[in-house]
Amino acid sequence: MNFRNAAWATGLVGLVALPFVYREPYHLHILVLILIWSFAYTAWSIMGRFGLVSLGHGGFMGVGAYVTALLWNHLGVSPWIGIPVSMVAAGMLALVVAYPCFRFRITGHYFVLVTLALSGIVLQVITATRDYTGGSLGYTPNRAPSGKGLMALQFDDKTTWYLIALGIWVLGLLIWRWVDRSMSRYAMEAISEDEDAAAAAGVNVTAEKLKITLISALMTALAGALYCQYQMFISPDTVSGIAVSLQMVFAVIVGGLYVSLGPTVGAVITILLAEVLRIGFGTKAVGWDNLVYGLLLVIFIIFLPKGILGSILDRLKTQPKPSGMK
Amino acid sequence: MQGFLDIFDIYLLEAVVNGILLGGVLALLALGLNLIFGVIDVTWICYAELVMIGMYGMYYMVQVFGLPYWVAAPIAIMLVAALGALLHYIVIEPLLTAPPINQLLATGGVLFILQSFATVAFGIDFRNLGIRLPVLAIGDMHFSYSRLLAFVAALLGMLAVYFFMTRTYTGTAIRAISQDRQIMSLMGVDTRRIYLITSALGGALAGLAACLLVLQYDVHPFVGLSFGPITFLICVLGGLGNFVGGFLAAFVFAQIISLGGLFSDLEWGYVLAFAFFIVMMFIRPAGLLARRS
Repeated sequence: MNFRNAAWATGLVGLVALPFVYREPYHLHILVLILIWSFAYTAWSIMGRFGLVSLGHGGFMGVGAYVTALLWNHLGVSPWIGIPVSMVAAGMLALVVAYPCFRFRITGHYFVLVTLALSGIVLQVITATRDYTGGSLGYTPNRAPSGKGLMALQFDDKTTWYLIALGIWVLGLLIWRWVDRSMSRYAMEAISEDEDAAAAAGVNVTAEKLKITLISALMTALAGALYCQYQMFISPDTVSGIAVSLQMVFAVIVGGLYVSLGPTVGAVITILLAEVLRIGFGTKAVGWDNLVYGLLLVIFIIFLPKGILGSILDRLKTQPKPSGMK
Repeated sequence: MQGFLDIFDIYLLEAVVNGILLGGVLALLALGLNLIFGVIDVTWICYAELVMIGMYGMYYMVQVFGLPYWVAAPIAIMLVAALGALLHYIVIEPLLTAPPINQLLATGGVLFILQSFATVAFGIDFRNLGIRLPVLAIGDMHFSYSRLLAFVAALLGMLAVYFFMTRTYTGTAIRAISQDRQIMSLMGVDTRRIYLITSALGGALAGLAACLLVLQYDVHPFVGLSFGPITFLICVLGGLGNFVGGFLAAFVFAQIISLGGLFSDLEWGYVLAFAFFIVMMFIRPAGLLARRS
């Protein structure tokens, strides 16, 4: 265990020190994206690992990004306040949709389809309110006057963003670990095995599920808001809708659903893949990256449902000791 | 009578009728999805994308190869039916014993594949058949023939499925399997074959919907997203696998969308439909026609 802690600490120190040694802006940009998306994917996996497969996370992400940006542009509310407000909004949305689902035992296919519709509807709302949100053309937060960058949470400097994203990513892993070690985890595992049995054993099924959903939705909204602040451009297609929801699921499945670093591995693989395809195919690449994504997703689910990291760890654990066997 | 009509705005009446016409096509879509779910216990997240491929098939056959609509339509239906069977054979069959969520996510991957395949192969331009059907005017109300045609054809398609399911041996076997999966293979029914037939039938319904929708809407790679979510809502509201419930729910939703679109943009119709859906989940969580136990 000490070895593991030491490895974590060394890795973390290395990651913090990285931007001070290595300053190539493009690579830092990719790293920031990977960290922000890793956080979003971790948020999804907190729910997903208990069989609560949500395709509504694109919706939560969209709420996080758009509410923050709209408050800043139209009311001049600083993202420091806007982000918590947007998280509360996403949390309320999650509760309104999830409560009836959980209260009335809507699980499995039903739950997936309801959440799928949720992300579709958030997309429709963003498109419908095009007078405010710019519709499908996208939306740009106003540039802050110079010197007010901190108040507006806008930094030109990649290093600052890298450190913010790193902090958020670590926060995501800590939340994952906290859930992993809490009583909720056992409750949720019991629920995902058999709801009636869990309820009979004294687990408050609805409350436990709502708690996990709420945590996941809040984190996803935060990821959306940060993505918006970093990219300074959001469009319904990049932060909301079914495609984004599926992208989250895809990355987590590829990386590994049941291990804490799985979503991160998934983010590294998917984002690098997208970048390589984008550079390889140039501007003709529209569509190719998703084509490869989709193929990989199907192949992974059929042949490697535990994901890359999950399968590797499994193999390490179950590997028979070389001596003493047979 | 006149007084009665005065209460109703003429536009309101037009919207109601249009809602009924829209309901026919939505019911057709919901039927296909319900069929797959009821029999194979799998949800095809990519169902609307199959429709999109069918719409492209129609576009290419009519606009590029110059086939008449009536010749192209059966070919498109068969094409999507084959696609449905292929989807089952390649993706679903290896996953039949896997957790249901995996099956569902795999079809999500197929959604990605179909969408990006369309983007790569056909580009992102909006395309249409270039067929403009006349508009039927009754009094001050206007209904497009394409919608009437879609409504009638959708009803006929559903009737055909009904007769297939009740009057043929294969149809009876399909219904029996949806009631008890394990027993039917003991009774000498080839489950694999029935699953393939059901998938092809579900695909054929998507193909029929494609032939009808392509008359009304432009086709582009993401067109599936504009009616996919609403189809899922309809199926859940009607009760997944419940054919009659899905049929009713389709008309309820179509009315909400149509009337909502009357007062504001069409997108708001969808939003209203979703709000209605959430409310209904509190009232009838197991679907419109669920019996209270």
